[in-house]
Amino acid sequence: MFDIPLFPERASTIAGEVDALYFFLVGLTGFFSLLIAGLIVTFAIRFRRRHPDEVGAQVHGGMLLEIGWTAIPFLIVMVIFFWGAKVYLAMANPPDETLNIYVVGKQWMWKVQHATGQREINQLHVPVGRPVKLIMTSEDVIHNFYVPAFRVKADVIPGRFVQIWFEPTQPGTHRIFCAEYCGTEHSGMIGEVVVMEPTAYQTWLSGGAVEGSLASTGAKLFADLACNTCHRPDSRGRGPVLEGVFGHPVQLQDGSVVTADENYIRESIVQPAAKVTAGFQPVMPAFQGLVTEEQLLALVEYVKSLSSEEQALPVTRQP
Amino acid sequence: MAAEFPAHHYLNDGYGIRSWLLTRDHKRIALLYLAAITVFFFVGGAFAVLIRLDLATPPGDVVSDDTYNQLFTMHGVVMVFFFLIPAIPAILGNFLVPLMIGAKDLAFPKLNLLSWYIYMAGGLMGVYVLLTGSLDTGWTMYAPLSTRFSTTRVAPAALAVFVTGFSSILTALNFIVTIHRMRAPGLTWFKMPLFLWSTYATSLIVILGTPVVAITALLIFVERLFRFGFFDPALGGDPVLFQHLFWFYSHPAVYIMILPAMGVISELVAAFCRKPVFGYSFVAFSSLGIAVLGFLVWGHHMFVAGQSVYASLVFSMLSFLVAIPSAIKVFNWTATMYKGSVSWDTPMLYAIGFIGLFTIGGLTGLFLASIGLDVHVHDTYFIVAHFHYIMVGGTIMGYLGGLHYWWPKISGRLYPEGLSKLSAWIIFIGFNLTFFPQFILGYLGMPRRYHAYPPEFQVLNVLSSAGASILGFGYLLPMFYLAWSLRYGRPAGANPWGACGLEWQTTSPPPTENFAVTPTVTESPYHYPSPAVKHVA
Repeated sequence: MFDIPLFPERASTIAGEVDALYFFLVGLTGFFSLLIAGLIVTFAIRFRRRHPDEVGAQVHGGMLLEIGWTAIPFLIVMVIFFWGAKVYLAMANPPDETLNIYVVGKQWMWKVQHATGQREINQLHVPVGRPVKLIMTSEDVIHNFYVPAFRVKADVIPGRFVQIWFEPTQPGTHRIFCAEYCGTEHSGMIGEVVVMEPTAYQTWLSGGAVEGSLASTGAKLFADLACNTCHRPDSRGRGPVLEGVFGHPVQLQDGSVVTADENYIRESIVQPAAKVTAGFQPVMPAFQGLVTEEQLLALVEYVKSLSSEEQALPVTRQP
Repeated sequence: MAAEFPAHHYLNDGYGIRSWLLTRDHKRIALLYLAAITVFFFVGGAFAVLIRLDLATPPGDVVSDDTYNQLFTMHGVVMVFFFLIPAIPAILGNFLVPLMIGAKDLAFPKLNLLSWYIYMAGGLMGVYVLLTGSLDTGWTMYAPLSTRFSTTRVAPAALAVFVTGFSSILTALNFIVTIHRMRAPGLTWFKMPLFLWSTYATSLIVILGTPVVAITALLIFVERLFRFGFFDPALGGDPVLFQHLFWFYSHPAVYIMILPAMGVISELVAAFCRKPVFGYSFVAFSSLGIAVLGFLVWGHHMFVAGQSVYASLVFSMLSFLVAIPSAIKVFNWTATMYKGSVSWDTPMLYAIGFIGLFTIGGLTGLFLASIGLDVHVHDTYFIVAHFHYIMVGGTIMGYLGGLHYWWPKISGRLYPEGLSKLSAWIIFIGFNLTFFPQFILGYLGMPRRYHAYPPEFQVLNVLSSAGASILGFGYLLPMFYLAWSLRYGRPAGANPWGACGLEWQTTSPPPTENFAVTPTVTESPYHYPSPAVKHVA
């Protein structure tokens, strides 16, 4: 009953690094708080007013002290800055080889879409010991995908993809919270990450009714929406060839160059006129509102699958 | 020696409702603000009590989801816009700025009264929102939740914020002009009390920052009513743009709330140690440093909001820099106590409480400035604890300390000493019990703005709720004994503390024109012994 929890479980590779910084700062806070409190209490007692007409010593300042208590805090905070930045950069840059899983937030649930076709709601099954990258978007308002045991979170923003990555270190179940206030049942938007041994994960993957991989769903949509009449594998269509596009630079009409990442593919479907490939006319209709976020995921995954060396380049980088 | 109550003073210079509602006396306007702001403080406090009551159990079974969301939203809106931002400037600042510089009034007395009416107009719009469906977007009003999805009164609430902002702007303008143009003969900038430096710095932030939040509120209003796509991606807008605009004001607003309290603390420490503030010019310039740097750190609210990695790194470094001027102040206050003549009067208890709590609040800010750690604690109870240490442990402690210090000047009477000391202790203990457990809850991962929570968080939440009940009780006491003292308190005399400062050289309460003869200043602001010390003895 009265065992008060003080510390969250530690279940990802980055968690230890975050905790080390935390303990350093707890120590620093403790030291300076006790120092200041100790001095104040000591002075308040030792120099307490003994006669009603007593006054303090007329001391006005001391340049050495001022320099000291400006410079020392400055040095300390710069150490913390670089330390915090180092941990953050590790969070922001996923390894090259990751298991990619799509997440869609909506009021008030998490929908998970695996590349192999499995779908889940408020549950996310991942294998232990393998870096996992989540590519996330929202159907409505801003949500935030947060797993305290992994020490990672990111706002899940409508109209774009954001990503986080983590590498679970032990099998078990951990809570997923929505950490950005999102309306009535914000506090009910809770799910769980199930971290499994690789063999158990393989068994899980092979079970469950699957309609085919996400890319194959995308391929079917690609045909249903008649994308394939213009985007043809040969270069005779009215739209650019999509084979080999993902992860590569694209020359635009206005002369600029963008990298074809998930966000670019997504934007080119919902608002194709925003960034038109050089040499093509802006003839494609906007699919904003005509395809759901989940259909978009399938289409993006299909376009990715058309590139021989599937290489996820930065979306909006998020730890 | 019993002090005499003056025969003529600003309180008996005219009776009746007109003499108050049409007054141009800065001291009466300060009291108009005191009345209104106190009402809002207890309204916002009542919301907090309901929140903590609801959080005593994991399922949150006192109120519904929607009611809970409205409670924390209105708690935030009321406390930030109608209490914390105006409290010290509009009450203590209004009362003290002319007195401290030896002037008869502010530069624009009618504008000052207009500020109060605008504040009341914004406040009544807030009350209208409250009574006709409330608001459930969080005080942050993030889009597109606020512009499309919420079914509550977003548009009138945005207008209320828009209107109230002008009250702050006009007051700040008044202070800046007054401090520039109306100082008594001999009162150079570096002979000004530090409260004026912090008021001046705050006024600069208000004038530069408030128009931005006003525009942002207006954009919310327009997008919600007329479907213009500024922020909603479905309309072609950018939801992160809203956060940039919002925090461009709302981070500096943190300094609008804390800088005046820092000014109060400088006055209290000097007066109750009877000693010049150590490193006067460092404390003065640190206020300006905070005002400038405070505008460059808003992005630390957005480390997990889709901001670019490089922007986050820059904002992180700047956020660490803004900690330095705050640290300088804390060290200088502490050094001021060394070899002082330290009294344990009630205002000094609040000052000591402030320094301790602000130190913890400031140091826990370092956790949040450091990005790798912020990612974990962002939007958890760690943040809630951190900013309450600054806003409640800092600003409210400073406000109450200042109110107790200048109350004899404002009312001309003394309050019960024992009871006021007891209240200060109750507030200090209640505060820590309420908010310290929230640091631990935050690191455990409990997100903020949760109506229901998993059972493993309960014990710490119960501690916090217990603390809140003590804190709430502690806040009620000053209201009663200060009101009591208005009628039954002993006359205070001109300078009950034996303090320096022009405000203590006139009668308590002061006459409407403040000084019979315009004072001439020759000494530094904390030149002890003050002429009155021997008098007190």
